[in-house]
Amino acid sequence: MSVTVRNLTKRFTASAGSPRAPAVADASFEAPDGAITTLLGPSGSGKTTVLRAIAGLEQPDSGTILLDGVDCTAIPARRRGVGFVFQGYALFAHMSVRDNIAFGLQVRKMPRKEIAERVDELLSLVQLEGLGARYPKQLSGGQQQRVAFARALATRPRVLLLDEPFGALDAQVRVELRSWLQRLHAQTHVTTLLVTHDQEEALELSQHVVLMRAGRIEQVGTPHDLYDHPSTPFVASFIGGATVLRGRVEGTRAAIGPLSVAAPDGALEGAGLQAFVRPHDVRIARATDQSAVSLGKIEKLVRVGGFVKVELRLPSGEAMTVQMAKTELDALGVAEGDRVLVDLLAAKVFVEDYSI
Amino acid sequence: MSALPRDAARTEAPPQSWRLRRSGLLPGFSFTFGFTLFYLGLIVLFPLAVLLLKAAQLSPSQIWGIVSEPRALAAYRFSFGASLTAALLNALFGLLVAWVLARYRFPGKALCDALVDVPFALPTAVAGIALTSLLAPNGLIGRLFDAVGIQIAFARPGVVIALTFVGLPFVVRTVQPVLLELDPALEEAAAVLGASRLQTFLRVLLPAIFPSLLTGFALAFARALGEYGSIVFISGNLPGKTEIVPLLIVTKLEQYDYAGATAIAAVMLLLSFLLLLAINLLQTRTRAARAVRK
Repeated sequence: MSVTVRNLTKRFTASAGSPRAPAVADASFEAPDGAITTLLGPSGSGKTTVLRAIAGLEQPDSGTILLDGVDCTAIPARRRGVGFVFQGYALFAHMSVRDNIAFGLQVRKMPRKEIAERVDELLSLVQLEGLGARYPKQLSGGQQQRVAFARALATRPRVLLLDEPFGALDAQVRVELRSWLQRLHAQTHVTTLLVTHDQEEALELSQHVVLMRAGRIEQVGTPHDLYDHPSTPFVASFIGGATVLRGRVEGTRAAIGPLSVAAPDGALEGAGLQAFVRPHDVRIARATDQSAVSLGKIEKLVRVGGFVKVELRLPSGEAMTVQMAKTELDALGVAEGDRVLVDLLAAKVFVEDYSI
Repeated sequence: MSALPRDAARTEAPPQSWRLRRSGLLPGFSFTFGFTLFYLGLIVLFPLAVLLLKAAQLSPSQIWGIVSEPRALAAYRFSFGASLTAALLNALFGLLVAWVLARYRFPGKALCDALVDVPFALPTAVAGIALTSLLAPNGLIGRLFDAVGIQIAFARPGVVIALTFVGLPFVVRTVQPVLLELDPALEEAAAVLGASRLQTFLRVLLPAIFPSLLTGFALAFARALGEYGSIVFISGNLPGKTEIVPLLIVTKLEQYDYAGATAIAAVMLLLSFLLLLAINLLQTRTRAARAVRK
């Protein structure tokens, strides 16, 4: 079951009744059948609104939603046959885990015996065997989240929609549930749309990423596409925590102060440019002569486990973050306050349209 | 798939046991508990004890004679019947009012919201006079019903209406905050799972607000049992027909039959207490079903 969103626009009215900027503006994309597609973007980018529109919880102002090629924009949520996992789980507190999972089957008037079998099946799928009689409040956050998954999957939805499913959990549980979700998807193969603001989650979980910003879609592609070939400066800065440096086109090179990388083809001589440098695309070397050719000064070293974040100050005054293995840094033998040589291994360069 | 060990550890619930003390953030359990008992005793139990003492001046057979005379029996039946009817009406329509106030935005909402509390503040005698003049056979509304032969004021329907009036705020004010705090995602979750609006209401919303609805019902019921001021005017006070227990008590007092009045009051007290206790127990059971026991 593929999901196609065409020219979706949704505008919420402000409290005074005056129109605001649209939450989603003319968004179009397709989530392929059987894959995990991520709607990624900073908060307020409209990704949840898109997800809710697909579920039928939000009526778009214009545009169409197609499930498997069939327009279902006018079909109410209860007949769309989608599964939805809410950010705050939205479990029914007065029902046991079993009853929560059975709810969608009970309202469909499925025979009691079949419901019991299906619930058992789902309890084992989400590894909550033996906890069926518990109430949601008696479970941990991660367990509640898995009940929410089981409840959404019980009705065999054509599409599974996940709204920041791991948002409320602590970091370690998030990582565990992430790989759990991957295994779950490998078992069920249900087409999944996942909303997240966590790029790591998006890059790790999904085969397909839709990156949104301020209600518009910036780029659609595989995680590698977005990482290696960002199409806009926003994508380049959002994915991978790049440092932005300003420079100028000089011949075939993009000159960034004393540093340079290859300029894109056809760039106008002298045009201003922005270079996005990822923390691990920078190499530093110890400057033998402290005064002459040194290019940066180490302002701060922050150790995070086996890695070290090196904060550099370039001669232009710009700051740059470099990431390297702890062992690598030890081999260099540099310390805070030292001057170092800087070399850019790669950078994504965007030439500005105008020149001065 | 492998298990997730950390989650498993967390679900080990400690054994449940009845405990007198429950350590909390604030100290001073013994002092506050002692004071609570003293306070309840002074304000509630002490006057009640005096009441029972007064009734005890009579011999048991005398008491039984007074409390079981036909006029008294009719008054119990009418008091409890009318109060129960009024409380049920309030539960139904109070829920509706609370729903509208909690869910919708409309012009004049603040006014409506404030209007709900009026029966709290209005001296009930004033309410009784107003309702009587409205519902009497020559009143604005009473006239219409009188034309088809239905009497409201000075008959049982009038009493139920007055009791509904005084009990309205209780249901609205207990249910409204619960409705406001209810996660809208619950309804959305039910809808996405295929539930109709009625199924969503009956199976998801109603169970969530039921404990507060029960509280509101109990309060409205208790309030109606004790109501006197408005009923004096609207009931017509026909012994055996529209006479409520509080009125019977006052009648006896006016005849200087203090012991008889207190005997009937004691019966009323006992019955009310048993009923409220039963409602409270029902509530405890509903709450326990979803209690957090960690």
